[in-house]
Amino acid sequence: MSIENLIVLLYVLVLASYVGFELIAKVPPTLHTPLMSGSNAISGITIVGAIICAGPLPGEFPLSKILGMVALFFATLNVVGGYVVTDRMLQMFKKKK
Amino acid sequence: MNQNILTIIIQLAYLVASVLFIVGIKMLGKTHTAREGNIYSAVAMFIAIVATLLVQEVLSYTEIFVTILIGSAVGTYVAKKVEMTQMPEMVGLFNGFGGLASVLVATSEYWRMAHDANIAMPVITGVTVVLSVIIGAVTFTGSMVAYGKLAGKINGNAITFSGQHPLNAILFLIMLVASIFLVLDPNNDIYMIAVLAIGLLLGILTVIPIGGADMPVVISLLNSYSGVAACFTGFVLNNQVLIIAGALVGASGIILTQIMCKAMNRSLVSVLLGGFGQGGSSA
Repeated sequence: MSIENLIVLLYVLVLASYVGFELIAKVPPTLHTPLMSGSNAISGITIVGAIICAGPLPGEFPLSKILGMVALFFATLNVVGGYVVTDRMLQMFKKKK
Repeated sequence: MNQNILTIIIQLAYLVASVLFIVGIKMLGKTHTAREGNIYSAVAMFIAIVATLLVQEVLSYTEIFVTILIGSAVGTYVAKKVEMTQMPEMVGLFNGFGGLASVLVATSEYWRMAHDANIAMPVITGVTVVLSVIIGAVTFTGSMVAYGKLAGKINGNAITFSGQHPLNAILFLIMLVASIFLVLDPNNDIYMIAVLAIGLLLGILTVIPIGGADMPVVISLLNSYSGVAACFTGFVLNNQVLIIAGALVGASGIILTQIMCKAMNRSLVSVLLGGFGQGGSSA
């Protein structure tokens, strides 16, 4: 990774963090748990990294590939489970209202 | 030429996904739009996944599809079966899996670079590998303990013993030294193993002294950590969507944790120092 590239990525990091800080304000307490659950599903974005690591043919580094496949399984659990659980919570929420 | 167009398509898809994630989180914070917000964010995830499947180095589609299929089936089954009252511990469990995935991704990439004679691992990669492994490992074991406490699988009380804080501090220092050695000499697996092992241990040791009643706050904090871990894997892999989504979760998670603490009339620091069951005095 070149220095220029790193600087661009740092810009991305700082700006995205700022947006993250600003997004959460005045959230009603009833939404705390669903919001936590929803952002937990988003943190499953590491599935993208898992696909990249699991993608290549085993070649010289079979262990890298195996680690990538295991990562993919757990990341999928995080993503799919996370979204379904969040949806179920919010569904309940609507019925109550 | 073809390759360039593909790269541009992937990057644009990542951009669309990032915007949808931001809009999704915003909508999740309002009662009447919350459910749609969650769907927006799920669509964003789908776009990011499809775009990543187009990456040139990704070749073994069969294994990937089968793994995603099995993971989705298990995830859906568990998420549908769980009782409403068990939701917080379920979130903790899934969050732990996310942390584990980040550890594995960073380790996978480390292994490839450390054992390829043609590549010298850049310092930046070494640093970000160490950070994603440590934070991911703490997220994983910490979430598992939080899950165990809420599910009643392990003692939900605050478990404290004398010398707890000094022990954590010593382990942290050893981990720090091993991390520095790893960055300086990335081809030596033993440092990697040390960093990983101590990270896993610290996740357990830092959550075990916290009482069951404080677990939702802890899960929220660990959720923020898993975002940060994903963000650092983004630096390891030079991937923007990982950095953006990870940073969003990391930052919004910290704010949410603070709000939750305030709602429960506790301070984040005292929750983290643990031992609430003992009237605030710890170790």
